[in-house]
Amino acid sequence: MKLDSRVPQGPIETAWDNARFSMKLVNPANKRRFNVIVVGSGLAGASAAASLGELGYNVKCFCFQDSPRRAHSIAAQGGINAAKNYQNDGDSIYRLFYDTVKGGDFRAREYNVYRLAQNSVKIIDQCVAQGVPFAREYGGLLANRSFGGAQVSRTFYARGQTGQQLLIGAYQALEAQVATGRVTMVPRTEMLDVVIVDGKARGIITRNLVTGQIESHVADAVVLATGGYGNVFYLSTNAKGSNCTAIWRAHKKGAAFGNPCFTQIHPTCIPVSGEYQSKLTLMSESLRNDGRIWVPKKAGDKRNPGQIPEDERDYYLERRYPSFGNLVPRDVASRAAKAVCDEGRGAGSGETALGVYLDFAESINRLGRSTIEERYGNLFEMYERIAGEDPYKVPMRIYPAIHYTMGGLWVDYELMSSIPGMFVLGEANFSDHGANRLGASALMQGLSDGYFIIPYTLGNYLASNKPDGLKTNAPEFTAAVAGVADRTKQLLSIKGKRTVSSFHRELGKIIWDRCGMARNAEGLRGAISEVRALRQEFWKDVNVPGSEGEINQQLENAGRVADFFELGELMCLDALERNESCGGHFREEYQTPDGEAMRDDDHYQYVSAWEYKGEGVAPELNKEPLDFAYVHPAQRSYK
Amino acid sequence: MNLTLHVWRQKNSGAPGSMERYAANDVNPDMSFLEMLDVVNEGLITAGKEPIAFEHDCREGICGSCGFVINGIPHGPNKGTTVCQLHMRYFKDGDELFLEPWRAKAFPVMKDLVVDRSAFDRIIASGGYITARTGSTQDANTIPIPKGVADSAMDAAACIGCGACVAACPNAAAALFTGAKISHLGLLPQGQAERDRRALGMVAQVNAEMFGACTNVAECEAVCPKGISVEVIARMNADYLKASWKDRGARKESGE
Repeated sequence: MKLDSRVPQGPIETAWDNARFSMKLVNPANKRRFNVIVVGSGLAGASAAASLGELGYNVKCFCFQDSPRRAHSIAAQGGINAAKNYQNDGDSIYRLFYDTVKGGDFRAREYNVYRLAQNSVKIIDQCVAQGVPFAREYGGLLANRSFGGAQVSRTFYARGQTGQQLLIGAYQALEAQVATGRVTMVPRTEMLDVVIVDGKARGIITRNLVTGQIESHVADAVVLATGGYGNVFYLSTNAKGSNCTAIWRAHKKGAAFGNPCFTQIHPTCIPVSGEYQSKLTLMSESLRNDGRIWVPKKAGDKRNPGQIPEDERDYYLERRYPSFGNLVPRDVASRAAKAVCDEGRGAGSGETALGVYLDFAESINRLGRSTIEERYGNLFEMYERIAGEDPYKVPMRIYPAIHYTMGGLWVDYELMSSIPGMFVLGEANFSDHGANRLGASALMQGLSDGYFIIPYTLGNYLASNKPDGLKTNAPEFTAAVAGVADRTKQLLSIKGKRTVSSFHRELGKIIWDRCGMARNAEGLRGAISEVRALRQEFWKDVNVPGSEGEINQQLENAGRVADFFELGELMCLDALERNESCGGHFREEYQTPDGEAMRDDDHYQYVSAWEYKGEGVAPELNKEPLDFAYVHPAQRSYK
Repeated sequence: MNLTLHVWRQKNSGAPGSMERYAANDVNPDMSFLEMLDVVNEGLITAGKEPIAFEHDCREGICGSCGFVINGIPHGPNKGTTVCQLHMRYFKDGDELFLEPWRAKAFPVMKDLVVDRSAFDRIIASGGYITARTGSTQDANTIPIPKGVADSAMDAAACIGCGACVAACPNAAAALFTGAKISHLGLLPQGQAERDRRALGMVAQVNAEMFGACTNVAECEAVCPKGISVEVIARMNADYLKASWKDRGARKESGE
């Protein structure tokens, strides 16, 4: 496979302007003759579908939920970054670009990230015009907060519901286009394959989740905006329905998969409380501003936190990182929590005791309860609702959980995958965050891709790919429909003994233990063979009840879990191949004597783009080298 | 603890349904309500029976997918809580719980506890937006919005579109949902240009979907997981009245 990243030449500041100028345009009168499929209706998908509808394309947008407004972008709490410099504190497009490249541990494309920082400014304008109720100062101007270690205040927010408000804004723009007839919304429908005709993406195969009908949809281009694959871990902060099926099917049809092992663990989530646990809940990172993190000094200390005296507590972040203390970046905080738990010093009385204390006692004494209530009231309430303990009296217990996947389908500068005519937006692509994403950057990327990149780059592609009257009776469609129908039948016919969830839980545990916060070659090799064995067992012994011609949530889930097996294996392979530690990818063999990540720029300064080679055949690794002409790679230090 | 569940089972929208009895044993008080149902479902599947269908996605109380009636109360007994965030520690051993889908003509039951809420999308498509073509906007800080106004707009915008308000209403009205959107956008300066059009369009769609009329019972506010106040209904009525009057005047002037 030849990877052409189509990264522009010349000064980075004007690269996107020049690229846009050189792109071909589609005549306004011709736009309605082009059919475009958008899969997914989160920030990236909804903003893309709405903007393409406004331009006059004939758009069909698909989501598996009952309404596009349910997409998981809705759950983002903290905020969205933009280089507005409204605070006059030294922010700039260049600084946001710099922070993002460095935060990503030098594993992202500079030109992509620069464009993201440029677009950030326009996103805020766009969202405010739509009526997104961002927080305001008394003077009526927009408020900002600081976030995730950045030294400037550039995060815009709407209480703790920023993702919800941005998504509702995009959803409303989408529904406005639905009303004009330029966008057709197809909810409760899952994409199960992509159709390639003459080497180009020309449509998708879907299953209607109400009737079970397998349907073909033809188009001139396909846009995937189907989110991340964090649910490969079973327990994650993702929504239960979030899955990798769309991108995985595209991968199997020829789309390269970029950096699958780059996954982000968020340090502050509510710990697992039992076997039945179905998902994990994030507590905003902002809590680390006023909470102190500690565990007992002695392993196996099962006393209540209140009974452990001050000199028997280990404030391990403050001890190891005196200058950043409790505010070290996500990857560093997560690994440190794992390390103390591995030593048997985890907080809590359970057998496993996987958790650390996040203690507000000192802040409450210093600032008063009302100040803490003002800052974190809703989070404290949420914690109490879930954990059943009052964090004003008892320290919170937190533990890291999988939260975001930086990896995804490989795309070029125009967001086109290695399949011509198939574009990938938002978390589903691999593009902008390198090996670690900074807080408040996911929303920014989703909207940058959907509002301000795809409307240009899609036109550039369509201008040289005229409509040709392809119909769904083409043999490529018939074959793809048959493939999907066969697989569905197969899943239903196994009638084994184990439930889908029991397999998913077991897969998640393997991936979490071996390809989670810390990885090593031996563990990864073991994981690959365990995942393979489990996958075989799945196809022999899974029990999918019900039939295909009805609402069948178990069948939907079975198809998704089947794909997670294959992706999980590729993640382990990618992690095994990358003999360095960078960002969220921490290989135990590659660390400094004091336990910090050690990057290897000489050998691994590239994007891993995996190519599917067929069932039972090893995938092929393609490498896209990365250049850093503006931000020079350096070791991150938070001591 | 051990519980007895009575759950509405219905094969599809065309089939008749009935309440079925299930035992939920060894329920851990730290489970969420949906996790308790997950466990019941695992048991049903293993026993060769059909699991109970219910909608859910984020399980953090924000996506609005989940929701059913527990002992007559949408989302169950805890105020300001969606069913995914309702934990079993609020129930006690031996409790008998009746689970039913949202009941409203505009929300037909699709299967078990799953209903069709697409009417809400059509209401939004009938005016629940501010037209702001991508790229055609001015700098965000050129429109100052007093903090109090922004906060009130945010209060209304917090709606998650779950449909509990409709389920709680004796008339199955969609007034809280529609009023929340009309208030969110109508309070903001950006929303003024389309304010009349929005009120007329959305209310007309509400009627077309066969939702009932609001008679100020305020059950909707009591069950809203986001605590949206019935004040938004008053705003909707005011906007609708004003717009209908102006609309009539405008039509007269233009000789229609």
